[in-house]
Amino acid sequence: MRTATCAAFAAAMTCSLAVAPARAADKVVHLYNWSDYIAEDTLETFTKETGIKAVYDVYDSNEVLEAKLLAGKSGYDVVFPTARPFAMRQIKSGLYRKLDKSKLPNLKNMDPGLMKALASIDPGNAHGVPYMWGTTGIGINVDKVKAALGESADIGSLAMIFKPENAKKLAACGISFLDDQEETFAMALRYLGRDVATKNKTDIDAAAEAFKAIRPYIKYFHGSQYINDLANGDICVAHGYSGDILQARTRAAEAKNGVNIRYIIPKEGAVLWTDMMLIPKDAPNPAEAHAYINFIMKPEVVAKISNFVSYANANKAANDLVDPEIRNDPGIYPPDEVMAKLYMLPDNDQALIRYRVRAWTRVKTGQ
Amino acid sequence: MMPPPVPPSAPANPASFTVIGMLWRWLLGFTFVARVRGLAMGTVSWGRALVTAVPFLWLILFFGLPFLVVLKISFSQAVIAQPPYTPLLTWAEDGIMVLRINFQNYLLLVQDSLYWMAYLNSVRIAAIATVACLLLGYPMAYAISKAKAELRVPLLMLIILPFWTSFLIRVYAWIGILKTNGLLNNVLIWLGLIDQPLPLLHTEFSVLVGIVYSYLPFMVLPLYATLSRMDESLLEAAADLGCRPGKAFLTITLPLSMPGVIAGSMLVFIPAVGEFVIPDLLGGPNTLMIGKVLWTEFFSNKDWPVASAVAVATLLLLVVPIVRFQKAQEESNKKAEELAR
Repeated sequence: MRTATCAAFAAAMTCSLAVAPARAADKVVHLYNWSDYIAEDTLETFTKETGIKAVYDVYDSNEVLEAKLLAGKSGYDVVFPTARPFAMRQIKSGLYRKLDKSKLPNLKNMDPGLMKALASIDPGNAHGVPYMWGTTGIGINVDKVKAALGESADIGSLAMIFKPENAKKLAACGISFLDDQEETFAMALRYLGRDVATKNKTDIDAAAEAFKAIRPYIKYFHGSQYINDLANGDICVAHGYSGDILQARTRAAEAKNGVNIRYIIPKEGAVLWTDMMLIPKDAPNPAEAHAYINFIMKPEVVAKISNFVSYANANKAANDLVDPEIRNDPGIYPPDEVMAKLYMLPDNDQALIRYRVRAWTRVKTGQ
Repeated sequence: MMPPPVPPSAPANPASFTVIGMLWRWLLGFTFVARVRGLAMGTVSWGRALVTAVPFLWLILFFGLPFLVVLKISFSQAVIAQPPYTPLLTWAEDGIMVLRINFQNYLLLVQDSLYWMAYLNSVRIAAIATVACLLLGYPMAYAISKAKAELRVPLLMLIILPFWTSFLIRVYAWIGILKTNGLLNNVLIWLGLIDQPLPLLHTEFSVLVGIVYSYLPFMVLPLYATLSRMDESLLEAAADLGCRPGKAFLTITLPLSMPGVIAGSMLVFIPAVGEFVIPDLLGGPNTLMIGKVLWTEFFSNKDWPVASAVAVATLLLLVVPIVRFQKAQEESNKKAEELAR
């Protein structure tokens, strides 16, 4: 979830940045993470402290990561999948190595509530540690949306995009959706007031119909491009990950281009996700992988990352170290009444996933 | 009763009407099989066979074996595991080996219109791009072949020069040119030709631009190769006999450059059908192409078997007819040469 400088040049590919090895040419850790998901100095500090060289690769969708893991021998030592449903089924399929907790003394810093929640997909937290968490909501270019829908428009509701008459008005300034059938169907089901975890094909059909009604007004479906486009004013409504939209806001502010971006958690609720750090079963350097995970669990390290990427971390000890500006942003650390409306992506069987992917392809291709 | 005599090239048994018979006849068309048969029958020498073995080994190693692996996966079932498909052969109790072949993947291809739509759309887009490449590339190749000798090398270099930059970056550059606030729209607005930016990016148009741009050199180079080798004296003779240049081009240059036209068109058409990067970066969500369908099967569905079935079906539906077409072309050329003698 989160993205783009690299993605700007690499969409489907990966781009890597190898941190200059200070002295240790022999010890190395291969990281495979979401794009724009660490602070500028994270890897440098890690190498300085541990003498381990970090090789950093990025992806911008869970699917790409999962495909590499399933193919086997990915060569990565630490990966960062989203807990539900990805890490959940990957742990179940035995793709990950059990953590050696004696090498992870910083586990004591983690938020016990989040750890407990993750134990539901990873019994005893045996395989993974949470990294960052956030929500999937809507980013808008405030001025353009208000110009299109009128000052009094209800921009806090999903009806803003799912009502065809609204979508039609927004089409000229540009609507984008994540190209992710898990996220989009969950949102449409929620808008229709249906169960997000439905096993029922008719619910999937209804959600697909909701998309078909607004399909002519959608500009594109993509997992990372909206960050730049929102910041540049090329689109005015983006379904996307909280931190990505906040990064777009920061970029627009830096560029002083007059684009005013706001992140919205719709009143119908939004997907709450957690990304985890896990070590693939066939990781070539498990000892170094443990060292990296332990390093990230240092409060001062992860606080810097949160400050840089605008995502909340899962480290209780880091709370006071996070910039108040980030700590008090309701888009990043939502207040309790908003938290209560958030929901998680469900786990489904292969047949339903296939049905949903099919429905999604038809939506996208306008058939 | 005696069976009627049959020409040796066509097997006369009823098998020729079955799938296997068709496959057999099709295989006979391949030089490799012909050589192996020749070797077995003693009509081809071992020395010659060794020389031709090198390219065939290459083909077997880098095309045949990977294709067999894909074919094997296409008959298995998807599971979430490592690797994400079931094995075809399993050992049951009592030393019984069980071979499990799953035809479901191929049935799905026939039942679901999505694959057909994607396939037909890919062929359509690739065909339009090939024609556009030909219309742009032919004058370029013609002009280079008619240029002064010392100019030809620099001109050819200019055609090849874009390859010095990564393909991905060149395609990405088109996003900057075609997007709403991009170069082209800004120039058009500045010139006063339009007042609202045109939706150029994420359309079929942008995919076509990307394909034509990326594959144009593959059209120009073979065309140049045939045009530059052409015998100039034929055109002089035509002129002497009172044929006007336009007619001479149509009756002499164009037919003689057909091998280049065909080679260039193949080099553009075949990769364009399976293109993934260009439709992914420049295409809109409604440009349905087979490369993107394959991506969805691999990544969103994690269904390697169906993805493999799509790949095998694409190969059979696309490459095989083209290979046969080329074969027929060669044969008709041979016949024409014999007639000329």
